[in-house]
Amino acid sequence: MRRPEPVQIVKQRRDAALQRLVAGVPYIQFLGIEIERRGDELTGVLPYDEKLIGNPMLPALHGGVTAAFLEVTAIMELTWSMTWEDMEKGKITDDAPRVVLPKTIDFTVDYLRTGLPRDAYARARVNRSGRRYASVHVEAWQDNRTRLFAQATGHFLMPERDV
Amino acid sequence: MADEQPKDRTKIARQFIEAIPHAKVLGMKLTQLGDARAEITMPYDARLVGDPETGVIHGGAVSALMDTCSGAAVMVHPEAPVATATLDLRIDYMRAAQPGDMITTRAECYHIARSVAFVRATAYDNDFERPVATATGAFTVERAPA
Repeated sequence: MRRPEPVQIVKQRRDAALQRLVAGVPYIQFLGIEIERRGDELTGVLPYDEKLIGNPMLPALHGGVTAAFLEVTAIMELTWSMTWEDMEKGKITDDAPRVVLPKTIDFTVDYLRTGLPRDAYARARVNRSGRRYASVHVEAWQDNRTRLFAQATGHFLMPERDV
Repeated sequence: MADEQPKDRTKIARQFIEAIPHAKVLGMKLTQLGDARAEITMPYDARLVGDPETGVIHGGAVSALMDTCSGAAVMVHPEAPVATATLDLRIDYMRAAQPGDMITTRAECYHIARSVAFVRATAYDNDFERPVATATGAFTVERAPA
């Protein structure tokens, strides 16, 4: 029987693949979004910044920022799950061609509470991922995991892949 | 009253929208405002790219533009809500915006009820014949105390 891989090797491979995915998207850096990983579970983190404000009177996060944060997290989760097997087989390396991202077909955001001027978190779940289309649900919260401030569902067109 | 000093209300709405920090960092410009309609432009910016392979702007930035423009249309509805917030917003992406093109969004608040306003919006790049995206949204209506 083959011995399991050393933990450092596994972590290094997964973190490097995730880092490559996230660093390639300028808009993620622009909003300051970070993607944290526990095993295959991803959490989007949006650290608070004054430039994310949409209503200076309240103040509250911009609804568009909330939508963007949800969409970024959904796309990252979908791409991550789509490339997981290849990544585990060591096929995603620095000299491999860039991963082609899914394209958003539609995205519906449900605003449940005002986004407060503090950090926000989001996690997405791929409800269906076929050869051509995928449906992803994503939830965002701030202080309490059970008190969502926004949720969204999006449909995505999957990139063409070799089978 | 609803028909009182519409010019002043448009001016107040304009000041409010132009003071939004996130609209400023995206370079949004209010090009038309009044009578339940708004038009806002956003210049192409390499920092907003969602797919480095193609240079296409991320859908999230288009969402921010659609949301701002829709909210602006609600604020200048003749029934004069004093404030508004997004309840839900659905965006359909028809095609990728041409890299390098400015994005223009036009929104119309086509119905307003006691507590909810309904909005449609369309986004274009330089080709105004073929929309890049459309949106429909429901917004809260905060009215001034009677």
